Amino acid sequence: MIEIEHLSKTYDGRTVVDDVSMRIADGELVVVVGTSGSGKTTLLRMINRLVEPSAGKVSIDGVDCRAIAPHLLRRQIGYAIQGHGLFPHRTVSQNIATVPGLLGWDKAKISARVDELLSLFQLDPAEFRDRYPGQLSGGQQQRIGVARALAAAPKLLLMDEPFGALDPIIRARAQLDLRDIQRRLGTTIVLVTHDMNEAILLGDRIAVMDQARLLQYDTPRKIVVSPATAFVGELLGSGERPFRLLALQPVRDFVEPGMAEGQPIDANSSLRDALEEALWSGRKAVPVRDASGALLGRVTLETAIRQAAPQR
Amino acid sequence: MPTLDTPLTRPFTGPIDRLGVLVAALVAVGLFSPFALFRANRIVPGTAQTLLEALPGVGGLLAVALLSVAGLTAVIRTRASFRLMIGLGALLLLAVAIGMGANGLTPPGDKVSRIAPAMGFWLLVLGFGLLATDSVSRLRLSPLGRVGLLVAVAAAMALILASGLWSSLSVLREYANRADSFWREAGTHVALAVGSLVAAVIIGLPLGIFIHPRRRIRGWVSRGLTVIQTVPSIALFGLLIAPLAWVAANVPGAAAIGLAGIGAAPALLALFVYSLMPVVSNTLVGLDGVPAASNEAARGMGMTDGQRLVQVQLPLALPSILTAIRIVLVQNIGLATIAALIGGGGFGVFVFQGVGQTAMDLVLLGAVPTVALAFSAAVILDAVVELVSRKDQR
Repeated sequence: MIEIEHLSKTYDGRTVVDDVSMRIADGELVVVVGTSGSGKTTLLRMINRLVEPSAGKVSIDGVDCRAIAPHLLRRQIGYAIQGHGLFPHRTVSQNIATVPGLLGWDKAKISARVDELLSLFQLDPAEFRDRYPGQLSGGQQQRIGVARALAAAPKLLLMDEPFGALDPIIRARAQLDLRDIQRRLGTTIVLVTHDMNEAILLGDRIAVMDQARLLQYDTPRKIVVSPATAFVGELLGSGERPFRLLALQPVRDFVEPGMAEGQPIDANSSLRDALEEALWSGRKAVPVRDASGALLGRVTLETAIRQAAPQR
Repeated sequence: MPTLDTPLTRPFTGPIDRLGVLVAALVAVGLFSPFALFRANRIVPGTAQTLLEALPGVGGLLAVALLSVAGLTAVIRTRASFRLMIGLGALLLLAVAIGMGANGLTPPGDKVSRIAPAMGFWLLVLGFGLLATDSVSRLRLSPLGRVGLLVAVAAAMALILASGLWSSLSVLREYANRADSFWREAGTHVALAVGSLVAAVIIGLPLGIFIHPRRRIRGWVSRGLTVIQTVPSIALFGLLIAPLAWVAANVPGAAAIGLAGIGAAPALLALFVYSLMPVVSNTLVGLDGVPAASNEAARGMGMTDGQRLVQVQLPLALPSILTAIRIVLVQNIGLATIAALIGGGGFGVFVFQGVGQTAMDLVLLGAVPTVALAFSAAVILDAVVELVSRKDQR
């Protein structure tokens, strides 16, 4: 568990992070969202002491981070940034091996770990191990960046706008992959973004920051249904709130028996997808299938409309 | 098949090679100019000899014919490897012709007469030299290929020198008279150029690393080094005489380690000061070129500043630093000639003696090895820079 207690950062009298407290449970994916200059990146960088707090403290599993030398602390915490930050003069495997190398792992263990991570990110080790970052596509570079951050199997991973440099299609794929890998490894992730869609898609909890302060720290559903301040509502986009709420509800929870015409929809997609499909094809209900393709029943337009309003 | 030499978008420009026209013009003028200069002794004005006069009989005719054909061939657009063979072949022919000509012109047993290459010879060398170097660059040889070619040419030169083919040439007559001092000054020359470079790297690299993150000091140091760089070299050599003489006279032990107002010490110091700016500024440029995200990632993953410097910053700055070393070495090999003015030794000794005695042969004895040395250093270090920087490119 990560405990952030009354954390503040002041530069020359200007407060960048103002008395932020939050707790992050193990295995949670927390997204810190805010506009540029809101203090979200500084907050993240104080967790691994790239920025030293002016006041307050961070502790990980009950251990005060100040008790550990900064560079040793950082070797225990994964770190992935926008634009990946890969070392252009080192091969993919050398890049991934950075932290294990700093920790003094033996060669065999490092090379096994490199291959394991490449496979995890769906990159063929034999093909990619010896390439240089300049020989990779943007999406591949980003995946190697995350693989490098996970190399020493850290319990905590910090990510600063990790998908910021990707085009929309690759970004969507990378977001789903991250979610998937996080579920599989059980890594605790703190991810900083300015994109509310990304926050709602990925976050178990969302922390909204503005002007150095933490405005709201809650589940995506609570954030959407009852934003704490007008600013949080603005960040959500006032015209989109029903759709954001639908996006948080998987179709599988609303399947009812019965038949429907036309193209079926996946049970793991959201009610928002179901609504879109129904509206676009002019249907009152859409058939639902599971991952293997077997029909489970249907989801109706009526259900989607009902679920678009917050239940009080 | 379209190649880089024949872009599809440009209309066909004909089979004429533009540089080849220049080569042919140089060859034409060269063939009609005096090929060698005969003088009864070192001082008297000489009589010019054309190639046919210098090489009477079939040999001369054959040489003129072959050189004419080679010059004309250069005009026509042909494969780069073929052009290189023509260029190198013509240069070899010239080397043999001047040697045999000199041997033929020298009266038997004569030790005082001087036969020197004249303008025609130099024009021909320039023309075919252009042809050869241009074809080398068109061939896009690998770095090691270029070094290999350099070694081959150097070996050919060494063979010609060892064979005695050129021993009647005036430059080698001068060499024969001072073989001992030639090699001593050669050693001094290399020591001056390389020694000052090594000192500049030992001081300049850490200095660059130190001032890189410190904006204020960095500006001061850069401006200071730039000012020094603008002082003309002869003036700098001269300016150092007074302070160093004072140091030698007043600091105990300074004279004992060789410090003096004139000699090798001020020469080395002046070259060192000139070398410092390129090394420091290219270190800064190299470090500036390290991607910000790489630095951030290195810190974020738990590298100490020392580890980040050794594992990330220096490897990425290396091509830039090596480029500085190349610039400095080539520059120093040239500048070290001036060291002779303040008694520092080096090939400049022959150049300035030659100027003083209006003996061109002596000037050449100093100048030709200097140029050869600088050229070789440039080729070898260019290859090293390319080998090092290519790795991380796509």
